[in-house]
Amino acid sequence: MLKGRHLIDPQDFSIKELESIFDLTERIIESPEDYNSICHGKILSTLFYEPSTRTRFSFEAAMLRLGGSIIGFSEPGSSSVAKGESLADTLRTVGAYADIIAMRHPKEGAPRLGTEYCPVPLINGGDGGHQHPTQTITDLFTILQAKGRLEKLVIGLCGDLKFGRTVHSLIKAMSRYEDIEFLLISPKELQVPDYIRQEILIGKGIPFREVERLEEVIGELDVLYMTRVQKERFFNEADYIRLKDSYILDRDKLLIAPEDLVILHPLPRVNEISPEVDDDPRAWYFRQVKNGMYVRMALILKLLGVK
Amino acid sequence: MLNITSIKKGLVIDHIRPGMGLKIFQYLKLDQADFTIALIMNAASKKHGKKDIIKIEDVIDLDLAMLGFLDPNITINVIEDEIITDKIKLSLPERVEGIIKCKNPRCITTEERNVTHRFVLIDHTKGIYKCEYCDHIYSWEG
Repeated sequence: MLKGRHLIDPQDFSIKELESIFDLTERIIESPEDYNSICHGKILSTLFYEPSTRTRFSFEAAMLRLGGSIIGFSEPGSSSVAKGESLADTLRTVGAYADIIAMRHPKEGAPRLGTEYCPVPLINGGDGGHQHPTQTITDLFTILQAKGRLEKLVIGLCGDLKFGRTVHSLIKAMSRYEDIEFLLISPKELQVPDYIRQEILIGKGIPFREVERLEEVIGELDVLYMTRVQKERFFNEADYIRLKDSYILDRDKLLIAPEDLVILHPLPRVNEISPEVDDDPRAWYFRQVKNGMYVRMALILKLLGVK
Repeated sequence: MLNITSIKKGLVIDHIRPGMGLKIFQYLKLDQADFTIALIMNAASKKHGKKDIIKIEDVIDLDLAMLGFLDPNITINVIEDEIITDKIKLSLPERVEGIIKCKNPRCITTEERNVTHRFVLIDHTKGIYKCEYCDHIYSWEG
């Protein structure tokens, strides 16, 4: 039963509960018109304490396509937050007006703290470099759509694995499925944080390897999850110059990749996937972005208990 | 050897790691007490070579979780009529609230007012805790 629940961490829902969201997502994709007024009279509030295009639009489009309404802010300067209101008070207040809240916050753990005060379902729309569970449900749904399974997969995660919240959430979520292996491709200073390595990978005995170059492992992958590596994240210029091309996926690297590879990216992309890859049948990231809206529609329906 | 007389009724906090006795003494605010107390430092210990001991001639409430977090090897002896009536062995607590602060500068606890810092034990053998909000790791080093 997901009605009334919060979604803060990708592991907040059981595998069965996630499957029920995937089922509903599929039904919505098949006949969206059956759902276009199902949330009439319901309000989603989007509280975005830092900029977002994709996630906020995706939530808002999802609610509008369900026939509901939206209120919220896209940067805290235009709200009472600018006057120094605490997160607790903001959520108690907005929770009095809205039926469900999606929040993005630059501080890690803000949504978890928010659940202590929020009277309606609270969805984590990304908290700092920590977690991004709705992106993860989208990623899982897309992998399932492309591969037909969420078990027995070799998953490569490439780029900034230290600050990339989508990466942390995906590792957490995939760690619950059978026979998963992670190949973690990043410069040394941008490897996954200790809590992911200790608690999830070592703690659960999940096989993983950490390498510096995508070319070393691309031939072994079922799924390649690309993320952006920002120059300012490197500790020195020499390392950046030495490694930057390693994190750009282009046609040459795809020559040695498996035919059934699934390429995902949480977007926005800058230059880490060359546009020449977009037409490759292995590129799933634009299907993934559309799935994000349908997944959020299903999630809103489940958390509101609307049938 | 220095002799400290036994106590009639009270508590003996034993097997404290050398050097930690004063910290625990201060944490329990024993410097403000009006009953008899002894802080013994660097006493001989069969197990560890040296240890600190605190003897308290009164029965006071102790936060066992906090004491366990400060030093999980502590034993607390409850004394009645000069006899040990109970021995409590401490260990690292499953949860720690309001004792340590999250060191992650990006954690919400650094910004929001009136938040209790909470940590959960995730590895008993290595003594590893994580912040309940941001998952930042805290290693118990004693």
